[in-house]
Amino acid sequence: MVVLAIGPGTVTVVALLLIVLALVYYLVSTILALSAITSGLDEAIASVTEIVEKSAPVNDVVDSINGQLDAGVDLLEGLLVKKAGLVDAVGLVDGLYPGAAAAGFRNFPESTSIEAPRISEVYTKGTLTLARLGREAPIAAANPAGPVLRNVEGGSLAARLLYPSVRHTAPPELPRSPVIGTDAPVQYEQRDDIGAPRKRLPASRVGGG
Amino acid sequence: MTLWWIGDAVLLVVVLPVVVYLLHGVLSASRSIVPSVRGIAATAAAGSKDLDAAALLLTTQSQVEQTVAGVANYGGSLDVIIDDAE
Repeated sequence: MVVLAIGPGTVTVVALLLIVLALVYYLVSTILALSAITSGLDEAIASVTEIVEKSAPVNDVVDSINGQLDAGVDLLEGLLVKKAGLVDAVGLVDGLYPGAAAAGFRNFPESTSIEAPRISEVYTKGTLTLARLGREAPIAAANPAGPVLRNVEGGSLAARLLYPSVRHTAPPELPRSPVIGTDAPVQYEQRDDIGAPRKRLPASRVGGG
Repeated sequence: MTLWWIGDAVLLVVVLPVVVYLLHGVLSASRSIVPSVRGIAATAAAGSKDLDAAALLLTTQSQVEQTVAGVANYGGSLDVIIDDAE
């Protein structure tokens, strides 16, 4: 009987009601999601604005720093080439930073084609410094046309031999240090008087002075 | 009357599922955007915080100027006391 009471109009109303309910549910949910998206985008935009404001002066400052450093590099390169000559300057730089000769100097394009002299293999840094700073340095007495003065593999001794010092040329044979202990080849008997009370002199001799 | 019943059937069997399917797709897409936007916001905030040190570039700039000035002074002195190569 109830089924018969439901007409097509009622079904239409129910169907439309279901559609409206579905629309309301999904649209409200979508609105909430879009609100969350808007909130997140607001935060992102605020942070991006901060990034833009903070990074705005970076270019100028970095350009200034680069300009200063470029001036410093130009100064040092020019001074080094002026004082040491282009070839030796390349050798010096390559000695301090192996492989740097391939890059050459920035202000001297021809430096890339120079075969760097093996300055660091011939001289130690200290010797080289002395040679560069003063004409009286020991290295100045050596013949630059001679063989390599410093052995790369045993460079310490070769470098010390550059200096005219007797401290590094010890006598070939020095008396060896004595061997002590129970296994020593020479054993000494222990003296009995060691640790005993010291002998007293006669009183008469002490009094007679 | 029969056509009305057929229309009701179409409304319930075809139109309502299609509406629900489409709306569900829109809602799913909207909800999938939310985590991404939150991630973007967090990343932007972290990037902004990382740039807090950018102000120190001014100190670096000043120190570089002083250092280069010192190097120039030393270079000038060396230029005076050391002979030229040629």
